[in-house]
Amino acid sequence: MNELLKQLTEAVGVSGAEKEVRLLIRDLIADHVDKWSVDALGNLLATKRGTGKYPMRVLIDAHMDEVGLLITDIDSQGMLKFSTVGGFDDRALLGKVVQVGPRKITGVIGARAVHLLKPAEYRKPVKVDAMRIDIGAKNKDAAAGKVKIGDYAAFVTPYEEIVPGRAAVAKAFDNRCGCAALVELIRADPYPFDLVAAFTVQEEVGLRGAGVAAYATKPDAAFVLECTPAYDQPNDDDVSPNVSMGQGVSIYVMDRGTIQDPRLVAHLTRTASDLGIPYQIRQPGGGGTNTAAIQRAHTGIPAATMAVPGRYAHTPSMMISLEDYTNLARLADAALRELTPKIIGLSG
Amino acid sequence: MNELIRSLVEAYGPSGFEQPIRDLIWPEIEPFVDDIIVDALGNLIAHKKSSGADSHPLKVMIAAHMDEIGVMVTHITDKGYLRFTNIGGVFPHTMLGNRIRFANGTVGVIGCDRVDDLKTIHPLNKHFIDVGATSRDDAPVKVGDAAAFIRDLTVQGNHLVAKSMDDRIGCAIAIEALKRLPSVIDNDLFVVFSVQEEVGTRGAETAANRILPDVGIALDVTRTGDVPEARAMDVQLGGGPAIKVKDSGMIAHAGLVRLMRQRAEEAAIPFQLEVLEGGTTDARPMQIAGPGSAAGCISIPCRYIHTPSEMVDRRDVEGAVQLLVALLTNPMDI
Repeated sequence: MNELLKQLTEAVGVSGAEKEVRLLIRDLIADHVDKWSVDALGNLLATKRGTGKYPMRVLIDAHMDEVGLLITDIDSQGMLKFSTVGGFDDRALLGKVVQVGPRKITGVIGARAVHLLKPAEYRKPVKVDAMRIDIGAKNKDAAAGKVKIGDYAAFVTPYEEIVPGRAAVAKAFDNRCGCAALVELIRADPYPFDLVAAFTVQEEVGLRGAGVAAYATKPDAAFVLECTPAYDQPNDDDVSPNVSMGQGVSIYVMDRGTIQDPRLVAHLTRTASDLGIPYQIRQPGGGGTNTAAIQRAHTGIPAATMAVPGRYAHTPSMMISLEDYTNLARLADAALRELTPKIIGLSG
Repeated sequence: MNELIRSLVEAYGPSGFEQPIRDLIWPEIEPFVDDIIVDALGNLIAHKKSSGADSHPLKVMIAAHMDEIGVMVTHITDKGYLRFTNIGGVFPHTMLGNRIRFANGTVGVIGCDRVDDLKTIHPLNKHFIDVGATSRDDAPVKVGDAAAFIRDLTVQGNHLVAKSMDDRIGCAIAIEALKRLPSVIDNDLFVVFSVQEEVGTRGAETAANRILPDVGIALDVTRTGDVPEARAMDVQLGGGPAIKVKDSGMIAHAGLVRLMRQRAEEAAIPFQLEVLEGGTTDARPMQIAGPGSAAGCISIPCRYIHTPSEMVDRRDVEGAVQLLVALLTNPMDI
């Protein structure tokens, strides 16, 4: 059982309310860093001094936040109205168990049972504004005693290795995979340069934490550790698989927000090839990661993204390959140990 | 200047992969500037220092983007055809039968899935690139490789036609202006050949963060309203460089617009005023970088933008060079 992934995915940290995850990570890394701090937005920034071989600083980003829900109203029957935080397919919400507010009140995103639907109704998806979270309250006052407007709600999915050592299911692999790998880097032997770890907030609502973190830390280069949607379910003949679960670390070349630094992309693929770490080039095109915000901070920062492919992203049940996760951590570690100032155009 | 333009427009440089353009521009400008750097994103930033006559010279940033639109491989089929996505504003109706070239020299022909109804235009993802491969294994390129369109420069009368006039013509104008400037000028001049404009003016953003200019002027192409049934726009080919007043990302600094008009009138350079609905330029990130700058744009009227046959008029190009030189050699009281 990967205890790190279990702890991190079971913690709750919807965008804007990442405190529980932040405190957990702080405890996981505090003894292994030279200093740490929390900035105004809630980013956890930590510095791990290097051996001093190269006078540069490299930022590693992993966002702490996960998608979730925000309570917007309590109706007269004690049902909770909510809006979504981050990107959702509304159809993934109905019938799911959630935990609401700091007291983690259990609720269910309710839906009329199929027995009670007219044929025309069950042919069209229910919109999120017609859904309610049911916490079993008998009326509005009873509900208001347990939760309040502005409380966040998150999914409830215990971490489980459904094929021991190989396949795991949990909520929030996006992006606790990246957080876990970054914790491992921090606990490893020192790198030839100073490592700046940024566990960032509010990625799912627009890369907000990472831009601030990059501005404050002003690194010479950056890598972003992520969990990217695997699109490898059955589909039409010979269309692009994007990336597939179990086929190795996903390396980005271009997405909606970036063209990744070609030197760092080449460094990642070369390092992976040299060490026999499986990797796949993620299908260029859509999607976006914190690299978009980091790359454009200050006078520009060479940056690239590597990710674990995860199925069913932004649902309560994501699935990853634990081998992909291990390979992400290995590749990140090796790429850092092999990184030189010359690769990113610096003298020294 | 035509040979300079030819070498620039025929070179390969889609967004993010501008190295060949940097390599062409560097030797052209090196004798005329004090220093040149390449920043983290790949912007080529040339600095021509102020004469020192003014103890607080204005920092002036000129930006022309090196990158062009292109495509990137997303998938290689079992039979060796390449599916692709766009880099920047690539439109499906300009695809079929076009040719593209990869960085390694591989040439591809663009085809599309079966057309049952001639009224339909397939979206990009129903097009493919044929590089003569027969399987995934013998394809000479891989997923993530970028390609640019192929087209020679045509010079006919006053017209110059090529792919990537957007914005190699801006680069050519900046280079030519540097050559014509006196060896000593009063302003502190930064000429930026920027990257990744076509995917969201990204290069100019980091360059402007470095320079923090007082005045920012982009050199870029703009649409015209002078072809049959065009969307109305009061800019035409051959009418002179266009002084941008507004586009969808920026309202040009009124004082800078006034100064551009004044300098054009003084030098008897024909000009047009431009209001562009849709689109923006590197002037936008320059305007809002750091504490902000007085930003504007000298536009080169261009027909058939973002097709392999972008057409400009050499008189407009010459006018743009003259206007830029006039701006940079006279006081900038804005």
